[in-house]
Amino acid sequence: MLEQVPLQRLGHTIIVTLQGDLDDATVERIERAVTDEVAKVRARGVLIDVSGLAVVDSFVARVIARLVGMVALLGAVSTIVGIQPAVAITLVELGVPMDHVHTALNAEQGMARLRRMWDDTTGYRR
Amino acid sequence: MTPLATAAEPRAPGEAPTLVQITGEADLLRVRSTLRAQAQVAGLGLTAATKLVTAGSELARNIVRYATHGQGVVLVETAEEGSRRGVRARFSDDGPGIVDLGAAMTDGYSSGGSMGLGLPGSRRLMDEFEIDSVPGRGTTIVICQWNR
Ligand SMILES: Nc1ncnc2c1ncn2[C@@H]1O[C@H](COP(=O)(O)OP(=O)(O)OP(=O)(O)O)[C@@H](O)[C@H]1O
Ligand SMILES: [Mg+2]
Repeated sequence: MLEQVPLQRLGHTIIVTLQGDLDDATVERIERAVTDEVAKVRARGVLIDVSGLAVVDSFVARVIARLVGMVALLGAVSTIVGIQPAVAITLVELGVPMDHVHTALNAEQGMARLRRMWDDTTGYRR
Repeated sequence: MTPLATAAEPRAPGEAPTLVQITGEADLLRVRSTLRAQAQVAGLGLTAATKLVTAGSELARNIVRYATHGQGVVLVETAEEGSRRGVRARFSDDGPGIVDLGAAMTDGYSSGGSMGLGLPGSRRLMDEFEIDSVPGRGTTIVICQWNR
């Protein structure tokens, strides 16, 4: 696969931008790339921007939830930003449990939330 | 439904349905894009279209995962009833079928160690959902989403 994995670094945070219609293999490749990067740069937060996803089915939702879990195991926090209203409605009706996943309206709010989250966990992390 | 067309172009009412063959996971992209294009033709709103594409993705993935060799077909057409329009899609495979349909339609039931949400979730998302499965013969699911 030649496509670049859509990762950017901003200070202690890794920003993941999910866009377009992703096939299952690509979603899993991005998941691996993010966890590798979190471990490598010892990131404290991951911001997952899903505003470019017009559809999130149970597979993609599950991979995102799994990614959030792995990021937590690596001692970092994550938040999901920009979920489209139609996608959110669909996920609820589909029955995908996303309650343990933190969501924010946009990247700015997401960054603020990440900072609050890692302030809260600093006590035991460092 | 007579499958005559194979191109992924959307179909006007009365036209032959679009056929998407499923032979592997990569075909899910074509199922989703065909449904999305057809939703536009039928004038579905954004939420209705999103639900349709999501349910279609779940049903097509079930074919990839549970049908023999992950093979099946999807037929997509414009539905018309009075003045309303919709998208009707038929997902069929000649795989092992589902022995206990009641269980399969229940949230949380999965023979594949998954979440067990695809079938019951798709039924919730769609205006119409019909499932017909014969053990040893295969499974056919027809869904329909209307523009109002
Ligand atoms: N096309 C099919 N052919 C044979 N069995 C099927 C087919 N589709 C679904 N099933 C059976 O019905 C069960 C429920 O399907 P459903 O899509 O609800 O859940 P799942 O695929 O197991 O999990 P999830 O969709 O949440 O990943 C499956 O585990 C499988 O046993
Ligand atoms: Mg399924």
